[in-house]
Amino acid sequence: MSGPIGKRVPYIDAVQKVTGQAKYTADFHFANMLHVKFLRSPHAHARIREIDISEASRYPGVQAIAIGEELPTPFGVLPTSPDETAMAVGKVRYIGEIVSAVAAETERAAREAVDRIRVDYEPLRPFLTPEAALESCAPEEQIHSHGKGGTNIHKVAALRFHEPEKALAQTAHVCTSRFQFAGVSHGFTEPHATVAIWHPDQTLTVISATQVPHYLHRNLSRVLHVPMHRIQVKKPAVGGGFGGKSDPLPHEIVTAYLAMKTHRPVKCELTREEAFLTSHGRHPTDMTLSIGCNDEGVIEALDADIVIDGGAYGSYGVVTSYYNGVLLQGPYRIDRFGFRTRRTYTNKPPCGAMRGHGAVNPRYAVEVALDILAHKLKIDPCEFRCRNLLPADSLTVGQLRITSNGLRDCLDAVRTRSGWDQRHGKLPYGRGLGVACSFFISGSALPIIWNRYPQTVVHAKLDFDGRVVLFSGASDIGQGSDTVLVQIAAEVLGISMDRVQLEAADTRITPVDLGSYSSRVTFMVGNATKSAAEKLRDQIAKAVAAEKNLDARQLRFADGRIRTPGGELDLGWDEAVEMALAGRGSFIESGYYISPKLGGDFKGAGAGLSPAYSFGAFISEVEVNPNTGEVAVVKVWGAHDCGKALNPLAVEGQIEGSIHMGLGQAVYEEIRFWNGQMVNANFLDYRIPTSLDTPPMDVKIIESNDSEGPFGAKEVGEGAIHPVLPSIANAIYDAVGIRMYRLPITPDRVLAALRSKS
Amino acid sequence: MNVITLTVNGFPRTLLVDPHEMLLQTLRERLQLTGTKRGCDHATCGSCTVLMDGMPVLSCITPVMRCEGKSILTVEGVAQYGKLHPVQEQLVRHGAIQCGFCTPGIVMTAIAFLEENPDPSEEKIRKALSGNLCRCTGYSKIVEAVQAAAREMSR
Repeated sequence: MSGPIGKRVPYIDAVQKVTGQAKYTADFHFANMLHVKFLRSPHAHARIREIDISEASRYPGVQAIAIGEELPTPFGVLPTSPDETAMAVGKVRYIGEIVSAVAAETERAAREAVDRIRVDYEPLRPFLTPEAALESCAPEEQIHSHGKGGTNIHKVAALRFHEPEKALAQTAHVCTSRFQFAGVSHGFTEPHATVAIWHPDQTLTVISATQVPHYLHRNLSRVLHVPMHRIQVKKPAVGGGFGGKSDPLPHEIVTAYLAMKTHRPVKCELTREEAFLTSHGRHPTDMTLSIGCNDEGVIEALDADIVIDGGAYGSYGVVTSYYNGVLLQGPYRIDRFGFRTRRTYTNKPPCGAMRGHGAVNPRYAVEVALDILAHKLKIDPCEFRCRNLLPADSLTVGQLRITSNGLRDCLDAVRTRSGWDQRHGKLPYGRGLGVACSFFISGSALPIIWNRYPQTVVHAKLDFDGRVVLFSGASDIGQGSDTVLVQIAAEVLGISMDRVQLEAADTRITPVDLGSYSSRVTFMVGNATKSAAEKLRDQIAKAVAAEKNLDARQLRFADGRIRTPGGELDLGWDEAVEMALAGRGSFIESGYYISPKLGGDFKGAGAGLSPAYSFGAFISEVEVNPNTGEVAVVKVWGAHDCGKALNPLAVEGQIEGSIHMGLGQAVYEEIRFWNGQMVNANFLDYRIPTSLDTPPMDVKIIESNDSEGPFGAKEVGEGAIHPVLPSIANAIYDAVGIRMYRLPITPDRVLAALRSKS
Repeated sequence: MNVITLTVNGFPRTLLVDPHEMLLQTLRERLQLTGTKRGCDHATCGSCTVLMDGMPVLSCITPVMRCEGKSILTVEGVAQYGKLHPVQEQLVRHGAIQCGFCTPGIVMTAIAFLEENPDPSEEKIRKALSGNLCRCTGYSKIVEAVQAAAREMSR
């Protein structure tokens, strides 16, 4: 690579961000703008008898008040479960659900008016645990009337291959354990915000802190009954997402509605507490897992029964249900395999997608169970994993297609760098090392909304000024996608990055992209960008070759020049551009990405399919204080196979951020409820790791050069979190000999486990 | 409404403010200095950190009425004529900025810290930054950047 690919390139928006010039949604101000505040339900489950807005509407400065009946069309990110309305209609299903909204001249006036709305509720029986939700109940008690078989079960996802239960009954060594995981939250630093403008020409502009402008675009149209061609969704700078801004969300729709109602710009900034209520965190999970292996430590079968607590609405839950199971069929070869996931509705805020979607908790269970088996068979845990790795260019039992696979190199790297062979099992009491592996999709091969379009399209425009402008719907939420797309185009065209500029994530200007989730952007949008830039390059080459009487295939683009290997031609970029535009002017080339057809033809075969999978192996070192039960993570070694690091600085950043977030879920973080009320929706009580809690990290990038990724690249943003949590748990076992079956691993749980061991 | 006089990024301002208004609102809404971020409004995340007479304060819990006669520096006032402060320059170079929402607060905290501690240990940097939450980076690159800035500033 002669250009920026593979180089440590600072993000193209970093100077704007470090000087405070980058504009996030809340930074937008428009003349004559109104502010929105919401009335939220104080009941977990109740019928709404009456809403009285008369006093509130008289409050000075109030311009409009909206209630649920005005926007009755249900919506949801998945077309299979549109079960939510913008504001509660008829009944409320969780504490914090929006019941009404006020648009007023100031935030304060809006808040005062909200306090003057009177609602008469008839409380219903709340279902606050998945256990309660699994039982049958009277139809009028159900959270949703479509709960399965008279219960509050939302979805049952199950797949079985080759009777795993029979294999488990016969195999030599079986580990069966129950694991329980608290719900956790994304904890991004920017609370959600939305600004909406309804223009005199009956078009709507919505600026929003979203990861997926496209789904917001579709759902705004659906609920507001405004055709899609009249809606512009723009994503400005976004202060982190991790899944928590990937659904179309009620406050976005209501803000847009109030702009239509008042014909004035309307702004909504959620409080930190509201951001916790709104962000659809990782599902609390309760699972029983069985894994069996033979005397040599070769895995024979895996079976899992999983219950996830979905909260009041569907969100991404159907996908989550499948991912909990299907992503257990790697990174090890497991031929007899099965799972069942039941997702329950409960009267709590909805759960949805969060970094590592669906698979983080079950991965913990598998990696801990493998550690138990390895110790039982007295096989080194790294060696145990090596005996079971899926080979490159293979199919899993559920027909996930594995292409490149650098997991063995990952394991070797962390094993060597951490001094595993010299130190594991040999450290003094209280100190230990643990290992875990993972794999993850580089984007879903199938779109959520079935269609015949590509997964993404990128336009590349060339004009007389010698600048190439990329148009992409991809959403940079801090992960650096804007930078990587510019790098890719600059590499292909052999020009410096400042010659390539990007228009991104604006549904009026940029071609549709499915958004920043499922770790898809580098792979899919990267491929489309590469293709667009290559077509542009070929057009320039054709024009230059014709004018200079050369073979276009000979031309090389590098260092801002177009040359032939023999030196007959050495042309500057601007001259070449002039030749390419002669007689035709500015033009655009488009690239797109469609995943190859993959997978089996059984029901559920589409879940977990991806054109490529990342792999990783992490080792953690911990210090456990047996007197207080405190766990300190001392150091983490992470090796991740991202195919090819297009920007090593960014890849390291994703891995290091994953270590932080994984560590948080492992030992600190838990969303707590009391009678359905979220009680720690702030950063004092919901404690994410600080700079003092986050340990030194040793990051190693493994490059397996995937045959279908752009320049060989695969994902890194989500897969790297999976091995962090179980590596910590396995290190705790090495340190003090206890197994942790519940997350987070709090001091009281450590002390209880130490007590029951002795 | 009350009248208050304070200096913001070197320029004296006389403003009409709400008596119970916080400095964060004054900066963002009255002066349109939106580089200072509102992350929590409860003094828990550090995104709103600004310098008051050279000391870091959380503007979300600093009543603007307590700022009479004070000198406030926000992230917008740090770079001069496009020349970045060494802290800013190193944060950019080290890839220590992902979503960037915590960044203005980190810049202000780190600048004040390095003024007092020109040759800090890693441990001291981590302590100094422990009130600034970052969810993207895992802090490694931020700590490296602040170390590098310290070296650059002492040259």
